[in-house]
Amino acid sequence: MAAQMRGKVTIDLKECKGCGLCVESCPPKCLVLARELSPYGVHPAQYTGEGCTGCGICFYCCPEPGAITVYRLAAPRKTIAAEPGGAHAAAL
Amino acid sequence: MAGESDAGVVEAQAGVNGYELIHAKSPVFYDLYDRKSELKFQTHYCPGCGHGIVHKLIAEALHDLGLQDKTIFVSPVGCSVFAYYYLDLGNVQAAHGRAPACATGLKRACPDKMVIAYQGDGDLAAIGTAEIVHAANRGENITCFFINNAIYGMTGGQMAPTTLVGQKSTTSPFGRRPSNEGFPLHVCELLATLQAPAYIERVALSDNKNIMRARRAVRKALELQRDGAGFSLVEILSPCPTIWNLDPVEARRWVAEKMIPEFPLNVFRDRKPEVAVANIPQRAVADVLEIAQTQESRTVGRHFHPFENLSFKIAGFGGQGVLLLGQLLTEMGMREGLDVSWLPSYGPEMRSGSAHCYVCLSKKRIGAPLVSHPDVLVAMNEPSLRKFAPEVPSEGLIFYNRNSLPTDIPQPQAPVVCVPASEIADGLGSAKAANVVMLGALLEATECLASATALSVLEDKVKKINLLEIDRRALEAGRRFIDQHAHDEAVTQPDGFAY
Repeated sequence: MAAQMRGKVTIDLKECKGCGLCVESCPPKCLVLARELSPYGVHPAQYTGEGCTGCGICFYCCPEPGAITVYRLAAPRKTIAAEPGGAHAAAL
Repeated sequence: MAGESDAGVVEAQAGVNGYELIHAKSPVFYDLYDRKSELKFQTHYCPGCGHGIVHKLIAEALHDLGLQDKTIFVSPVGCSVFAYYYLDLGNVQAAHGRAPACATGLKRACPDKMVIAYQGDGDLAAIGTAEIVHAANRGENITCFFINNAIYGMTGGQMAPTTLVGQKSTTSPFGRRPSNEGFPLHVCELLATLQAPAYIERVALSDNKNIMRARRAVRKALELQRDGAGFSLVEILSPCPTIWNLDPVEARRWVAEKMIPEFPLNVFRDRKPEVAVANIPQRAVADVLEIAQTQESRTVGRHFHPFENLSFKIAGFGGQGVLLLGQLLTEMGMREGLDVSWLPSYGPEMRSGSAHCYVCLSKKRIGAPLVSHPDVLVAMNEPSLRKFAPEVPSEGLIFYNRNSLPTDIPQPQAPVVCVPASEIADGLGSAKAANVVMLGALLEATECLASATALSVLEDKVKKINLLEIDRRALEAGRRFIDQHAHDEAVTQPDGFAY
């Protein structure tokens, strides 16, 4: 079994309009547009299941408020000090 | 988050399998959108539209700064007109181009709230040019987000002031020609010539890096407003794939290749907060009206208002104090806790022409300030009496500024009280006080408002001491005239009224 990926991304089929901006933006290129149509008749974005680093770029490029949710593998030994940028500072 | 279980994104909760949640829908968005029953999960924006990204950046910044409950969002006319369906903030939707004007009023009335004006280029740079220039010039402590997509999106692709030279639109089908339609308007550069603004930056949604720059700019503008720095504007070059007839990825590239060369990304103004604070000239509405100071003089004894609604028409020559009499009644009603309205009407002839005004006093909300059948008509001259007396219903009351009615007019259906107010005022030393004599008579005859309130209003309105003395005597003279002539047996009661 492959090692756990650093990040993980989920796409909400009810929100995704299949614009493809996240696919274009994703630095490790781990998102694709699905072959299947979503209930709204578009090809929604889909995580290939490999390569996500949890950088969060796709979240900011996506025009829908909640279509993309990003997770990152918790690193218990590294404590990231809370910066003025809040929880998202690390993404920059 | 509650929204996620609705949206079906529950497979990886925070902490599950060692993953923690990094980015998810901001709580500043509603969980479900009520605009259309079949589209509760999606915004109405086209796939790839920049509005959604900017909404997201604003939502994230407001949440991180803990300002969600303190923010009023003014949405424009344009595609983002429905922002109030998505953002769980205080929402106001302004008339086309007027978001900065609305935001000015909101900010001055509620200086402790965050006020955001969100506008597109058709809204801000065309019909709303005056509003944005003057709001910026006054240095209002508001934040404007200006979404520039070089086109009118909502109405189907007409040319906007920001449309690029050569760019085709439905109203410039051969491309924009400077000789005919002028050059693209550079709003940031224009506003940066003004002295007052604290922060002006242009960013773009053209690629990952620029989106992150936009994120910082949005946050900075909001932080500056929070710190009271003054006017901030962030222009965001944003794709419009549908009208540009490009797919979302190409549209984003078009922003980078075509728009950025015309609208260079830059920070045009970036004042340090402390410098900016020294610059800011505004005062809140409460300060301007000195509400705190005059509160005491406004508290007057409780008066029983023997009506649900009472409407007045006050008519006469310009210069007889017709409009002022209406204002006095309105101010009195307001101080006695009633809903009031005052609607002046005067023709082009101001001095010695005819003037009239409508006043409504009500215990409920007033629907319209126009009065077609007044309960009380105050006719300060004969033409007004002739013209308006037939409008008064039989249960109404007419006050006429003479000893008796003219003999040649038909008897009005409403009773008429003749008060020679001008003569009485002349006797007191100033013909100008006729309106106050009439006010005294009106209060005595109708008991609609307390005469103590009239005195307190006059004390605040009349600055000259000798004039105030005349007004005081005029008020009393008007009351006494009614006492003596209308109710011969009336006795003055402890509350100051005779009945």
